[in-house]
Amino acid sequence: MERPFAITLEVGSSLANHTGAWRTERPVYADKLPPCNDACPAGENVQRWLYEAEDGHYERAWRELMRDNPFPAIMGRVCYHPCQTACNRGKLDEAVGINAVERFLGDEAIRQGWTVPVTAAPTGKRVLVVGAGPSGLAAAYHLRLAGHEVTVRDAGRRPGGMMRYGIPAYRLGRDVLDAEIDRILAMGVTFEPETPVTDAAAALADFDAVFLAIGAQLSRRTDIPAGDSARILDALGVLRGVAEDEPPLLGRRVVVYGGGNTAMDVARTARRLGATDAVVVYRRTRQRMPAQPFEVTEAEEEGVRMHWLTTITAAGNGTVTVEKMRLDETGFPQPTGEFEELPADSMVLAIGQDVDRSIVDGLAGVRVDSGVVQVGADMMTGVPGVFAGGDMVPSERTVTTAVGHGKRAARYIDAWLRGRPYQSPARPPRAAFERLNTWYYSDAPATVRPRLDAARRTSTFDEVVGGLDEDTALFEARRCLSCGNCFECDNCYGVCPDNAVIKLGPGRRYAIDLEYCKGCGICVTECPAGAIDLVPEEP
Amino acid sequence: MTPTRVKFYQTGSFAVGNRLLPADLRAVQSDPTRTNSLTSGHRACQGCGEALAARYVLDAAMRASKGRLVTVNATGCLEVFSTPYPETSWRVPWLHSLFGNAPAVASGVAAALKAQSRTDIRVLGQGGDGGTVDIGFGALSGMFERGDDVLYVCYDNQGYMNTGVQRSGATPPAARTSTTQAVGPEPGNVFGQGKSAPLIAMAHEIPYVATATIADLRDLEYKVERAMALHGARYLHVLVPCPLGWGSTAGQTVAIARLATQSGIFPVFEAEDGVLTASTPIRRHVPVEEYLRLQARFRHLFEPERRADVIDRIQAAADHNIERFHLLSGEG
Repeated sequence: MERPFAITLEVGSSLANHTGAWRTERPVYADKLPPCNDACPAGENVQRWLYEAEDGHYERAWRELMRDNPFPAIMGRVCYHPCQTACNRGKLDEAVGINAVERFLGDEAIRQGWTVPVTAAPTGKRVLVVGAGPSGLAAAYHLRLAGHEVTVRDAGRRPGGMMRYGIPAYRLGRDVLDAEIDRILAMGVTFEPETPVTDAAAALADFDAVFLAIGAQLSRRTDIPAGDSARILDALGVLRGVAEDEPPLLGRRVVVYGGGNTAMDVARTARRLGATDAVVVYRRTRQRMPAQPFEVTEAEEEGVRMHWLTTITAAGNGTVTVEKMRLDETGFPQPTGEFEELPADSMVLAIGQDVDRSIVDGLAGVRVDSGVVQVGADMMTGVPGVFAGGDMVPSERTVTTAVGHGKRAARYIDAWLRGRPYQSPARPPRAAFERLNTWYYSDAPATVRPRLDAARRTSTFDEVVGGLDEDTALFEARRCLSCGNCFECDNCYGVCPDNAVIKLGPGRRYAIDLEYCKGCGICVTECPAGAIDLVPEEP
Repeated sequence: MTPTRVKFYQTGSFAVGNRLLPADLRAVQSDPTRTNSLTSGHRACQGCGEALAARYVLDAAMRASKGRLVTVNATGCLEVFSTPYPETSWRVPWLHSLFGNAPAVASGVAAALKAQSRTDIRVLGQGGDGGTVDIGFGALSGMFERGDDVLYVCYDNQGYMNTGVQRSGATPPAARTSTTQAVGPEPGNVFGQGKSAPLIAMAHEIPYVATATIADLRDLEYKVERAMALHGARYLHVLVPCPLGWGSTAGQTVAIARLATQSGIFPVFEAEDGVLTASTPIRRHVPVEEYLRLQARFRHLFEPERRADVIDRIQAAADHNIERFHLLSGEG
């Protein structure tokens, strides 16, 4: 240490006095589970990749993201972002626009051509993935990274599953979809299109493990008396037709039956195909609608009309007959006996989808319950080596959930192939809002993503929601509170009256000097992120 | 005149450091090579606000004077806990003489340096509120009126804490101390007594007077730097909560200082040549009760029953500060 000027005497330093002996409690740095990470169906470490993005290290952020999810650009468009619903900043002003930053990172990766190298040693194990939807492709990506040979078979002509044949292009541009799928295939994943797998048992003979992810592709039917000339279509058929450039004839007046996201997608698609009148008929209220609120709002902006508390009782030539409903005490809709005629050139059923279970017919050990294939926590069916995930197993049936299933299945398949158990990492305690010291965060309202004019939305399949430019994405990333995780603000280093916090340098955080720490707890109180705990000393 | 606030880099300039900021925009305290003028091993209580403030002030003064600084200390906690024979926690040249003469000794050091034409070496006097506001006040006023080239810093913990928490001229009304017990119809320190040393300093029309707290490090460092850029007699008054004397939790020391500013009971401002030039606006306004409740020296205002009459008088004092120092009028 440099001797201060003007000191001539050798004086004893108080450093000889180890005040750490006074301590009854000690500060301990903790990495807690931020609510965003906790809520992410794909298990992304959101806080961590935002941290990387905060100082402009977009590639590092993207690579952190890619550890859990191979589709950042797709996620940034179609994920319903439960992370933002859970975000602690929502209690302060507005949630961090995590989804918008994710999209920026995903788009940046496509622009820059970033790829993920396969560095694991080849294992020689072969895995068959059935279904090239989000779940199957995510599993293929993770399995490939683990060094396995992966073959993906799909009944469709092109990979993507529901991302291609279910989600309209105005929500997910096809260039983005292709780019992120191609990146996975370029890692050495074999894709076999138009190769439906009908017998999973037979496939087991050629592969060491099988992952089933065929989704829920069967449109549910309902008994509606219909005249011979009534035109009735199913929602998936309509969306698939549009995706394959063979749009069905819907007419000018389209009635969509159902209240989920698929119903919204069909109604909005109908408007783009030229329907002057797109009407959604749903038997419950808006509050009880399963569709995401923003989808309903965007549909309404595009001129889709909603008939709540209404059921369709008959379909005829150019009309459908609907009946008004009312909710009983239990919240269940009951018929009222009041009928109405709606003009309709066509009616589209969007009342849910079922799993085609024939694929597991030959597997005696597979249990099917409530129409879906049952799997354990390890995503394995009752048949050793046969795993399943995505919409065909119990699921929230979102793209992100499917991606999460694919990742989890891949982890367990990898462990199974290597003949050892997979231990999922322990979940740290949740980072609660109450533990944050919000004083230290700058006031900063959320950034709004640009949106396409409503007038243009009804005529084109251009993406409705735009992306953020770099400045706004950076701003948005920096709104992150880094809940429960150190982000190196130096507060603990500064506020210690005893100089007992050691700064270890960029990226290496801090350590407590227990020789001198008196255990006052100021660092704990003043840590913005609540990332320091005060724990009792052992007696 | 207030420092440039960094508008938005996650924590802006609220936290001590910020990895997103260029190094020259970060606080002295975030620098791993800071002087640590008051180093580890000192015997201050857990969570001592004064020990924290002394390091903040002296590290900033050391940077401003490029390490050429002489410190003169009054008797008090700061002196006692830092220099029990034969140890010292000071890593700056440091003198101690008597309780009441620190400003006079500092004046003498400045005069001696002037006689030797050592203009590069700066002088900083420091003491607690007892040594400054009460016992050393004559010497301090003399230092002011002569315009001696000293920055004098008072660490105000509102009482004689070292000797057993006796009342000082800076103890606030209603506070319990060992000499103002919480008994009788008007428990604790009486209303209408005590004085504001910063306002008296301003009346001397010296070049610079400022108040600060340990809750706003960047503001405190800015004020030290500003004071060090000027010559003549300068005065800095820093509020430093005392867990022992205030009866507060050690970990709440900084939080309590923050509530003092956000309630308006401790106005943060600066003045040049006797004229108020800036005040730090309140960011999250709170009633004084939030500040008082965390301190056992005010417990008799809440137990056995809430003394709304007394709390209202304290609130009125805070409201008066808000008006007088324009604490709620946007940017100060």
